Amino acid sequence: MKSREVVLPGEELEERKGRKLGNGVYFEGDKIFSKVLGMPRIDENEISVTALSGTYTPRVGDKIVGVIDTTEISGWSVDINSPYMAFLPISEAVDEFVDRDRTDLTRYFDVGDIIFCRVSKVTKNMVVQVSMDDYSARKLINGTIVKVTPTKIPRIIGKAGSMVTLIKNKTGCDITSGQNGVVWIRGEEKSKAIEAILMIDRDSHTVGLTEKIEKFLG
Amino acid sequence: MKRIDGRSEEEMREIEMKLDVVKRANGSASVRFGNTEAIASVYGPKGVFPKFLQEDHKSVLKVRYNMAPFSVDDRKAPGHDRRSTELSKVIRLAIEPAIFLEDFPRAGIYGFIEMLQSDGSTRVTGINALSMALATAGIPMRDLITACSVGKVDDKLVVDLNGEEDCNGQADLAFAMLPNKNLVTLLQMDGILTKEEIVKILGYARNSCKKIFELQKQTLKERYKGEE
Repeated sequence: MKSREVVLPGEELEERKGRKLGNGVYFEGDKIFSKVLGMPRIDENEISVTALSGTYTPRVGDKIVGVIDTTEISGWSVDINSPYMAFLPISEAVDEFVDRDRTDLTRYFDVGDIIFCRVSKVTKNMVVQVSMDDYSARKLINGTIVKVTPTKIPRIIGKAGSMVTLIKNKTGCDITSGQNGVVWIRGEEKSKAIEAILMIDRDSHTVGLTEKIEKFLG
Repeated sequence: MKRIDGRSEEEMREIEMKLDVVKRANGSASVRFGNTEAIASVYGPKGVFPKFLQEDHKSVLKVRYNMAPFSVDDRKAPGHDRRSTELSKVIRLAIEPAIFLEDFPRAGIYGFIEMLQSDGSTRVTGINALSMALATAGIPMRDLITACSVGKVDDKLVVDLNGEEDCNGQADLAFAMLPNKNLVTLLQMDGILTKEEIVKILGYARNSCKKIFELQKQTLKERYKGEE
């Protein structure tokens, strides 16, 4: 059961009744309240609220698009569109043996490189580590990135990828979306693709969005 | 006998609320009570610089209240002064209890309140705007924060003091609360009131906050109507 109206922080939702609590909610006794401005999702098993805006909170297993920020001694600092920087150790980025004393790490990744990677570790104090050790992890060559609200990424991808495929087909662009709200785009008509993505980010809460995007892409 | 601007005791000025007024901010809102207008913008959670100011287990909230030089009749020199430093702190203390700071350790949440026009009750107007800006920025909160001013002018207990009433009145009380939780986070007074007057005026404050909260709710819900 999904409600159609947005809920506000402090707004009372249903009683817990033994259900699991997802994101965006808190409890006082048996009463559940929303923590954020967002859309409530309430069914027999779980109560949660998906925020309509906000920064990315890293979670282990997330597949994200990051940008190399600085080269350190044994790895790289990665900007993951979060209040927290991530660290990519050499051991998680390169298959071969690397002699740190003799090698210039920039031959693998340099400042400004865009990577698609996996969040491998998140400590309680939000020290974050990422890894390229995943079948889908790779460096994203050329192209550009656009940042959106992380909770809108599922909408940008669409059901079974329908929305992002629509944009890819109509603009001929390569598009990779990270769960951290960063979308990488490469292609001739990338401005059009970017505008479509920003439109979804802005109007994700309206009805008839798919038709609107279709019309815009022509 | 009516008030200077013709209002009755419990009547507030015309209120206008808008969202997304600062495009580059993570969240923003503007609130106007009569001729008093505030713009609030929120940035964060983001990194804290200088780094030594960060807290291991929670975010830090930084609030900056500032009056634009053109916001008052006699130009106010730009920059910090003691009053804005105090109001920045007072507003921060009014807002902090509502935010789940523990959700973002080592991060910072930055709130800016800019007074575009000042005609009394600026800090409470700023709090109302900042509260909505925090919500639109996706900051997790226990509740919104609603604020109003009450006071005593010409021996009458009144609500929502304008500039003249603030300067020439007998007492002026700034009040802020978490409306759903019914918890008070700001209670600051200038002037003299008897115990009975305080009890009565706090009742006025709660009632007024209820009305302001309805407007905040309406503004936020209208903006995001029609989600699938």
